[in-house]
Amino acid sequence: MSDNLTLPAQQGSPGTSTEELLKVEGLTKHFPIHGGFPIKRKVGAVQAVDGIDLTIGVGESVGMVGESGCGKSTAGRLITRLLEPTGGRITYSGQDITHASRRQLAPVRSEIQMIFQDPYSSLNPRQTVGSIIKSPMEVNGIEPAGGREKRVRELLELVGLNPEHYNRFPHEFSGGQRQRIGVARALALRPKLIVADEPVSALDVSIQAQVVNLLKKVQEEMGIAFLFIAHDLAIVRHFSQRVAVMYLGKIVEVGDRESIYHRPRHPYTHALLSAVPEVAMDDETETRERIRLAGDVPSPIHPPSGCRFRTRCWKAQDTCASEEPPLLQISGNREGHLTACHFPEEPTTEARGEDVVLDPALVALEEEN
Amino acid sequence: MTTLTKPEGAPAPTGPDSFLSVRDLKVRFSTEDGIVKAVDGLSFDVERGRTLGIVGESGSGKSVTNLTILGLHNPRTSTVDGEIVLDGKELVTATEKELERLRGNKMAMIFQDPLTALSPYYTVGRQLSEPFMKHTGASKKEARDRAVHMLEKVGIPQPRTRFDDYPHQFSGGMRQRAMIAMALMCDPDLLIADEPTTALDVTVQAQILDLLKDLQQEFGSAIIFITHDLGVISTMADDLLVMYAGRAVERGSVKEVLRTPKHPYTWGLLSSMPRLDGDINEELTPIPGSPPSLLNPPSGCPFHPRCAFTGEVPGSRCTDVRPPLADGRASACHLSAEQKQTIFIDKIQPRLR
Repeated sequence: MSDNLTLPAQQGSPGTSTEELLKVEGLTKHFPIHGGFPIKRKVGAVQAVDGIDLTIGVGESVGMVGESGCGKSTAGRLITRLLEPTGGRITYSGQDITHASRRQLAPVRSEIQMIFQDPYSSLNPRQTVGSIIKSPMEVNGIEPAGGREKRVRELLELVGLNPEHYNRFPHEFSGGQRQRIGVARALALRPKLIVADEPVSALDVSIQAQVVNLLKKVQEEMGIAFLFIAHDLAIVRHFSQRVAVMYLGKIVEVGDRESIYHRPRHPYTHALLSAVPEVAMDDETETRERIRLAGDVPSPIHPPSGCRFRTRCWKAQDTCASEEPPLLQISGNREGHLTACHFPEEPTTEARGEDVVLDPALVALEEEN
Repeated sequence: MTTLTKPEGAPAPTGPDSFLSVRDLKVRFSTEDGIVKAVDGLSFDVERGRTLGIVGESGSGKSVTNLTILGLHNPRTSTVDGEIVLDGKELVTATEKELERLRGNKMAMIFQDPLTALSPYYTVGRQLSEPFMKHTGASKKEARDRAVHMLEKVGIPQPRTRFDDYPHQFSGGMRQRAMIAMALMCDPDLLIADEPTTALDVTVQAQILDLLKDLQQEFGSAIIFITHDLGVISTMADDLLVMYAGRAVERGSVKEVLRTPKHPYTWGLLSSMPRLDGDINEELTPIPGSPPSLLNPPSGCPFHPRCAFTGEVPGSRCTDVRPPLADGRASACHLSAEQKQTIFIDKIQPRLR
């Protein structure tokens, strides 16, 4: 697979020969807010995910980035059907699983697995590592050749743990090792799709790379499709062939890795990329553009009308407030690179003539100095 | 980036008379399992108007060091040896009363999580003005004016009305701004920022970091900036201290340490970190193993169980002898200077492109 990496555009774009594994259309999740006295009634809704479209091909790794509260974790939980969608459609290998019942889901559940963020709370402290990894097989009544225990030992070895540690408890392992146990558990049923929700953000810097390498190895060697949800743009870039950028419950831009990281069009993608602090290995790195937004992300209870980014955007005009921009392949974009913006930016991340600084405190201080 | 140049008004660092000087600091905690050597012989200096970055993983002793400087450690469970001199005043032996007079006044701290660091019971304004009134003897009215001015400075919209809000009415980024305003109320000479942006989103982090840099130009405070993120350090700090297992393993200016690192641990940190413009086909090179337990740290060089280059050092010096950290630009490693240079150029640098 690594030989093909010079042609990510071809590989990642939909419409090529890649077979579709999962398709999400208009997926919506609104969490109701109840209030009032004496009778509690619904007074509003947190629009966590508000109509996202996404496809994941067989064996493809798709990244999902965005800031906290943008709905990326909710999206992951909807796809694994840990949450019931409010609207939209989820199709898994041709089968509609949007509102499938427990029984209907049973065969699909074993094919879609999840890796959780916190390796401390996602493993049962009273179970041994062996029984943690074995339980998905027990639940699904799978009897691998050679017995479950042998399979568990194989899995432990695969994720780089000592198979002898079969009878140990989670507290005897470090954070990185626990996350490996989580990976082994996700692999136990030979899934076709793994949703990894911030799998490395709770780990130390030197350990993160170990787990990222492990996941990459698993993805490439076993041909498992991944939805890699993270806020760290550099790690997502390293892992994913295609990347979706979310803002306040919507996908604002999606495309192959090269397009998103080097030819972004949406102002929010520009702002995100320019905000990543990078180690300046030489003076060249200084030529990146500098964009400093003002304020925080608005509340998903009352999201702005029209384009949701308009309240923090430096290009916003009246159209942005009245009309919601559709997610389209705008002119100048490559095949499969979709952007939801009325006034897209130039496809470059090079420094511009003048920095975009919207923060009033920064503007004031920088004028003084 | 205009902020990278030194401000003219700031006092120029003049030779060795550093503003804060920490010498051979040792902090130990006694626990049920034994004695934890959280900080084990740490020395560094900070000059006025400059930022010292401290990087290290969790448990490397970076936060403990700074709590000790402020005297916020628990004296019943911890023992502190060594010397901390702030502007000619010895802090290790100082009484609680003396420390109280310094904290929030001459030295201030910005904590990682503003929601837990701010009291939910008092308004933001009250939390800002109280230390100011205590330290300067200002009236309530003066303190309020000062607080409103500071809130405005850090970019809180409508500071006059926001003054009477409670922390929960602020968003995460605004809370961190309020924390910064609180730390700067008494115009401190030393500001300690412990992972101030780790809980924030990238776009907000970028705003806060720029704000801190711009404010430092104006106030001329010395800053100790603690983080595990080398990218953040690269944009914030002038000087850098890399910590591992309670000790400093490398020291130098930020450019020196990040561009020509000399310690295998620093090499490991740099090459395990994916970059936005890095080669995707290049595998990340993690540091094998995990950080050591401080109850029972490895003998000799604490990094030797995870180090790939112990074979290059003759004999068993890595496991037996603790490498010292010289003054100035230095690294605590038994490899010779030539070895470090060849290994870095041949094996490490290609991975960082």
